[in-house]
Amino acid sequence: MNSVVCISHVPDTESRIKIAAGNKVDETGLKFIVSPYDEFALEEAIRLKEKSGGDVTVLTFGPERAQQALREALARGGTKAMHVKGESADADSLGIAKVLAAAIKSIPHDVVFFGKQGVGTDNGLVGPMVAELLGYPQVNVVTHLEVGDGKLTAHREIEGAEEVLEAALPAIVTAQKGLNEPRYSSLKGIMAAKKIAIDTKSIADLGLDENDILKQRVVVVSLELPAEKTGGKKIDGADAAAAAQAIVNYIKNEAKAL
Amino acid sequence: MAGVLVFTELKDGKLKKASREALSIGRKLAEAAGGDLVAFATDAAAAEEAGRYGAKKLYVAAAGDYSTEPYTAALTQVVKDVQPSVLLFAGTSNGRDLAPRVAARLNVGVASDVDRLEWTDGKLRARRPVYSGKAFATVDVTGTPAIATTRPNAFPVEEAGGGAAEVVNVSAATDNRVKLVEMKTPEAGELTIAEADIIVAGGRGLKEATNFSYVRDLAHAIGGAVGASRAVVDAGWIDHQHQVGQTGRVVSPNVYIAAGVSGAIQHLAGMSSSKHIIAINKDPEAPIFRVADLGVVGDLFQILPALTEEVKKAKAH
Ligand SMILES: Cc1cc2nc3c(=O)[nH]c(=O)nc-3n(C[C@H](O)[C@H](O)[C@H](O)COP(=O)(O)OP(=O)(O)OC[C@H]3O[C@@H](n4cnc5c(N)ncnc54)[C@H](O)[C@@H]3O)c2cc1C
Ligand SMILES: Nc1ncnc2c1ncn2[C@@H]1O[C@H](COP(=O)(O)O)[C@@H](O)[C@H]1O
Repeated sequence: MNSVVCISHVPDTESRIKIAAGNKVDETGLKFIVSPYDEFALEEAIRLKEKSGGDVTVLTFGPERAQQALREALARGGTKAMHVKGESADADSLGIAKVLAAAIKSIPHDVVFFGKQGVGTDNGLVGPMVAELLGYPQVNVVTHLEVGDGKLTAHREIEGAEEVLEAALPAIVTAQKGLNEPRYSSLKGIMAAKKIAIDTKSIADLGLDENDILKQRVVVVSLELPAEKTGGKKIDGADAAAAAQAIVNYIKNEAKAL
Repeated sequence: MAGVLVFTELKDGKLKKASREALSIGRKLAEAAGGDLVAFATDAAAAEEAGRYGAKKLYVAAAGDYSTEPYTAALTQVVKDVQPSVLLFAGTSNGRDLAPRVAARLNVGVASDVDRLEWTDGKLRARRPVYSGKAFATVDVTGTPAIATTRPNAFPVEEAGGGAAEVVNVSAATDNRVKLVEMKTPEAGELTIAEADIIVAGGRGLKEATNFSYVRDLAHAIGGAVGASRAVVDAGWIDHQHQVGQTGRVVSPNVYIAAGVSGAIQHLAGMSSSKHIIAINKDPEAPIFRVADLGVVGDLFQILPALTEEVKKAKAH
């Protein structure tokens, strides 16, 4: 059973975001990590390999620095890696999906894993777009997965409930928190990962037209920080009954909710 | 090529609130862009309600319960027939599953999870929170149709007072490689944080799992949903469906009450766009107070029960 895991390299969730020229995030001094939901995707693929054999190819489209995400993923148990080099920040989700879909076609696979959303872009678009481009079934926001002969069974989280779905392979799965508990990389894993060569490609190598990939269908016209909240009224809650009364008054009068 | 098409969903025979929100903003966009507001549903039962929100037509595909592939086929067919300038989805689980699939089939982009929309200079302009609300991006959606998914609770519901929408039946494809085996509803009846108007969230200040009853009791009394910090989800006190934050849900209810939550940056990212924030924390320096409209410095074990009682009294009036 072979799988591909699509990994995006994103600013650490601790980061304070600053804005640079060109409506972009200022990357100076930012620490980048494997996007948190992609960690669940990766872990699931590694477990699948441990159970049924095969390869786990980790794939990213991004600038030079994105290689760090692949190294980290290999150290945790990925067996192969492909890096499509390019300014992914200049492409929109469909552009990214086209790159990934073309790359995936060149890699043996039964299941293709994504995060349910990239932390930062917060889109949740790329996985289903790749599914459409490859013509595969998709199961989004998955909290439990079993892969069997020619099909998978997945639990999909929806509002207040869970669907148990069966999909024919090859298929796309996007990972939600709860799917598993991701492992850390071990020293042994880090050493072993160093021996794995990363297959590096350009957009043109995949037979794609860079103009189409970087043509933004969704154009960022401005990027702004939210107005700084100064904090509102603060009251002493030593007298619980009085505090409760103050809260109820606030909800009634300001929020008009009671 | 004109007008606005909205993908709508029903629950218990009624339009979901998020769908009514999408129709309401859709009508405004149709007024600005020219052309009619029309809707898509899989049940003609939505015709009267959709009309009330200004939809002239309701395209109905008898595609049954939601499933990606048949819905993609049916909706793309309607897009080809209607040629709308704008296609909106409410950002429900199904809306978010379907929008990117339809967009890729039509070779257009999507503005995801938007909280503002306007039609300007012949284009759809949207605002969307990025980095979980640490920044806001304003984007122009240039495709035809221009596709967006709307953030639940971000747009007001406004009726337009029209008569029932004219029902147009469209054929539904049956090809499907995904089969629903079972529907699990572990928390039947419980309100979900994604769509709730009021959320009461608890954090590690609750000390132990059983104390979540303090939060649940208040949520129940006030008619809200139960939220949680990641610390207590990771500790197994409550299911991750309740987690608010950068790796949980991003929510923007009318009222957000945080008790025993310190206000880590990843938590704030998920709730700071709430309209009215109330924080209860015994540490006056807790970062949650920086975003709170009303901060109460005190012991949640004293204040929550008192508050639950006050709320019950207020509701009884
Ligand atoms: C990659 C990553 C992603 C993350 N994503 C999220 C996320 O999505 N959501 C999230 O919430 N966190 C997230 N976190 C975790 C986050 O950094 C914090 O660790 C977490 O939010 C803390 O939870 P807490 O506020 O419940 O606990 P604590 O920080 O321990 O705070 C407990 C608070 O309770 C107060 N308290 C204690 N006793 C009482 C009492 N009797 N009465 C009143 N107040 C009391 C204390 O003063 C304290 O402020 C993430 C972290 C990482 C690294
Ligand atoms: N540049 C990229 N390279 C590899 N995978 C990506 C990239 N961008 C997004 N993804 C994958 O798509 C998922 C959803 O991203 P998004 O649609 O941006 O929220 C992520 O969790 C990743 O699995």
